[in-house]
Amino acid sequence: MTKIINFQTDPSQYKHWKVEYDGAVANLFMDVDEDGGLFDGYQLKLNSYDLGVDIELADVVQRMRFEHPEVKVVVMQSAKDKVFCAGANIRMLGGAAHSHKVNFCKFTNETRNTYEAALADSAQNYICAVKGACAGGGYELALACNHIMLTDDSASSVSLPEVPLLAVLPGTGGLTRVTDKRKVRRDLADVFCSVEEGVKGKRALTWRLVDEVIPNSKFDEAVVARAHEMAENSAKADVAKGINLTPLTREISEDAVIYSTVEVTLDRAGRRSTILIKGPTDAAPADMAAFEAMGDQSWMLRCARELDDAILHLRLNEMELGLMEFQTQGDPESVIAHEALMLNDPDHWLSNEVLKYWKRVLKRVDMTSRSLVATVEHGSCFAGPLAELLWSVDRSYMMLEEFDGDNRPMASLTLSAGNFDTYPMGNDLTRLQTRFLGTPEDVDTAQMRIGEALEAGDAEELGLVTYAYDDIDWEDEVRLFMEERASFSPDAMTGMEANLRFAGPETMETRIFGRLTAWQNWIFQRPNAVGEEGALQRYGTGVRGKYNMERV
Amino acid sequence: MDLINVSYDSQIPNNVGLSSDKKVLKALEKWHPGYINWWNDLIPQNFQDSMVYLRTAVSVDPKGWAKFDYVKMPDYRWGILLAPAVEGRTIPMGEHLGEPAWQEVPGEYRNMLKRLIVIQGDTEPGSVEQQRFLGLTAPSLYDMRNLFQVNVEEGRHLWAMVYLLQKYFGKDGREEADDMLVRSSGSDDSPRMLGAFNEETPDWLSFFMFTYFTDRDGKMQLESLAQSGFDPLSRTVRFMLTEEAHHMFVGETGVGRTIQATLDAMNKAGITDPYDIAKIRDLGVIDLPTIQKKLNLHYTLSLDLFGQEVSTNAANAFNYGIKGRYMEQRIDDDHKLQNDTYPVTSIKDGKILTEDVPALTAINMRLRDDYVRDASGGVGRWNKLIAKSGVQFEFKMPHEGFHRQIGVFSSVAVDPDGAIVSAEEWAKRQDEWLPTKEDGAFIQSLMKPCYEPGKYATWIAPPKVGIDNKPGDFEYVKLHMA
Ligand SMILES: [Fe+2]
Ligand SMILES: [Fe+2]
Repeated sequence: MTKIINFQTDPSQYKHWKVEYDGAVANLFMDVDEDGGLFDGYQLKLNSYDLGVDIELADVVQRMRFEHPEVKVVVMQSAKDKVFCAGANIRMLGGAAHSHKVNFCKFTNETRNTYEAALADSAQNYICAVKGACAGGGYELALACNHIMLTDDSASSVSLPEVPLLAVLPGTGGLTRVTDKRKVRRDLADVFCSVEEGVKGKRALTWRLVDEVIPNSKFDEAVVARAHEMAENSAKADVAKGINLTPLTREISEDAVIYSTVEVTLDRAGRRSTILIKGPTDAAPADMAAFEAMGDQSWMLRCARELDDAILHLRLNEMELGLMEFQTQGDPESVIAHEALMLNDPDHWLSNEVLKYWKRVLKRVDMTSRSLVATVEHGSCFAGPLAELLWSVDRSYMMLEEFDGDNRPMASLTLSAGNFDTYPMGNDLTRLQTRFLGTPEDVDTAQMRIGEALEAGDAEELGLVTYAYDDIDWEDEVRLFMEERASFSPDAMTGMEANLRFAGPETMETRIFGRLTAWQNWIFQRPNAVGEEGALQRYGTGVRGKYNMERV
Repeated sequence: MDLINVSYDSQIPNNVGLSSDKKVLKALEKWHPGYINWWNDLIPQNFQDSMVYLRTAVSVDPKGWAKFDYVKMPDYRWGILLAPAVEGRTIPMGEHLGEPAWQEVPGEYRNMLKRLIVIQGDTEPGSVEQQRFLGLTAPSLYDMRNLFQVNVEEGRHLWAMVYLLQKYFGKDGREEADDMLVRSSGSDDSPRMLGAFNEETPDWLSFFMFTYFTDRDGKMQLESLAQSGFDPLSRTVRFMLTEEAHHMFVGETGVGRTIQATLDAMNKAGITDPYDIAKIRDLGVIDLPTIQKKLNLHYTLSLDLFGQEVSTNAANAFNYGIKGRYMEQRIDDDHKLQNDTYPVTSIKDGKILTEDVPALTAINMRLRDDYVRDASGGVGRWNKLIAKSGVQFEFKMPHEGFHRQIGVFSSVAVDPDGAIVSAEEWAKRQDEWLPTKEDGAFIQSLMKPCYEPGKYATWIAPPKVGIDNKPGDFEYVKLHMA
């Protein structure tokens, strides 16, 4: 795959989705263009999807929050006649490299989580109207909605046929949401996940697989009525108008990707990338009205969008760069000021959206299966939301005292109130809570230092960075770490890091990314699924997968 | 029929040992009242009370499997009859080739088998529902009898499928059997599963076209299920095929007699131009170009029933030994198809091409090709009638890409000659190719009942021979007049 996968799109370029706005209700239609696949070699039949379809969905979901805050209920539905969605395209999966499959699943999972959480985060509620077959990834799309309506036409059903049909698992949260979110009894879930044809009608309701079953002749009407009723009872405040998300400034070259606030440099020989985030150059807007007037141009929003895109670009397009180094440059006080504008006006819809977006972007960093390191150099601005990066990465290094010939301001990091509740991880704890799981008092200690420019000595003592090195040691230590990291097995690194990053309690999200994904990735490697005679490879040929019957 | 005291053993002709099969008896007892209700609600009451000269399958002896007699349709003895077991039958295709045929459902194929049986079963009552009002406009008692014959046999076919579901597919099977009576043709809430079975059959020419073209799809499906490694299914459908032949006979002769009446009327009036439509219609017969349009419609709706040209499900069904090809035993190959290819039509860059694809995945396409050949026979015979009359006209089967909703052609507009045309061109010309509202209204205007024994409506010629060799004025239906 030499072609660059582009995560930037906009409604004028959509091939697979349509949105119709009806006041506080948006009708989101899935209408996948069979011939619009991201790669050659497969057709997206029956509303099946590939990464390209999901990139558009992610864009829809993102714009719904920023461009259409007036929308309180989004109704996900199919524009095709007899099918809701047949799930991820099997031929695409069969033909894709393991790494692509994994990144594909990760991205689709992040998108599902995002629209699922839109209710809790912004009171924007995604509901789902299922007409026609709703299988595998199709039902997983529905599961991530918060209310599922199924037509009773004695044909439409919901199903997770992955196990009997393909010898893999439903990879976007299906198993987890069936038991944890919908609380389907485990033995019924076992039956449900073993029958290819799934469950329809009243039984789908009794088993809790859907929330409503409606006679087909009344279905469309009932969906409209339910959507409007939910919109009327919505807790979401009225917002007249959103802001436009304009195209990012981005320049992709052989060894760099340059945005307005983010610069990615690629060191292919060293198998690493550096993500340099530049702090704000302008003063923070006077208030949220001024912020809103700037559209998507204020630093907080621009930086979040650019960082988000950079991470996705590196994940999918630069798979051999196993180490990501985060750096920042700028004025920490200015970062704090830009964040404070929002922390101080949390009820403003746009404050909420921008902060929730930062939450998502930081989770995206947490979830990135690369070795992550932050280097806190002189002149850097790890403050507020950028400080979160220090606890997202696997290790952090900070410059201690003055460096010869370096006249940049002394390296420091600055905590804000945001670091103590605004950007929780997938485990629902803040990064500091997760970091100090065994010594919760350290969180309190740190909290008392909010607003101070903490230099290396203090930062190390507070446990906020891994190492502080002075001029003598810095270069060697950092170089040695990076060289060592680049020499380890990438698989072992991914496994180790993923296990160490997510301490603390399990949530549905951590179960999806940790447990379900890990199992899925194991199965995705096994001959029973992907071997030449495995079910995934053989799907569509009419010849069955041959299984090694040994239980491992 | 006394619904409470049905003696299933004696009242249901069967060769499956029903009397000793307590489980299935119990299931049938539960299902049967619903079936009778379905039937009674369906067909207009005066026909239910009429005596119809019907054939009833009473055994599976090829020489005398049916007997003819007057019967009220609700008292028809819907039997459960399987073709005789073939000693030592083996699975004729796929990865289990040569293994003994299954007498019980293999667990791993249960869902797929059930699905195939449900789809087949769903078509049977579907067509009865589509045809429910045709008795009111029957062009003769002979035709009315044929209609009812087809109807009761489709009812029996439903029984046959329901028997399999109840006998071999446990609780799920029983639920599916119940759902057969819940779905109904054209319903918004729960339509029949396949599109062609939700279309209306508004007039008799539609009925004849339907039995000719759409029942023939049924025949092809049954032929391929007759190859099934699941022996009870194979035996069931083999027997159904003997009845199905009559349905296609009704279709072919029905269309043929319609054509004949037109030709006779034209000749009598001295009209030679088959396109002199207004004049021909004034004679109370259906002009040939309109019949061609009806052919175009029903043929293409039936082609859609074969599904996607390249199909994983069909490949699986073949490979697992569940569904074979038409005349599987007569095909000279390895019956496994793992290394073979088959040409399939596809569309690339706006052109219609054929591409070789793995033969396993092209099972549907192959069956459709067989269907096209099978269906062209009757069309040839209709053309002979025309040739004999001296009128210059010939029916043509439209190109397989014409007017398609399913498969590779569904995304393009193709004219009857096989040229891809623009959407505008299609919109402009479709009235030349497919029946219009006005055509329908004209045909409808001819649909006046003709209930006198031996008499026929103007638009249709009498048959050459009677059913069961009865004379021309035989009273095939003793109408109950309330
Ligand atoms: Fe039939
Ligand atoms: Fe039939």
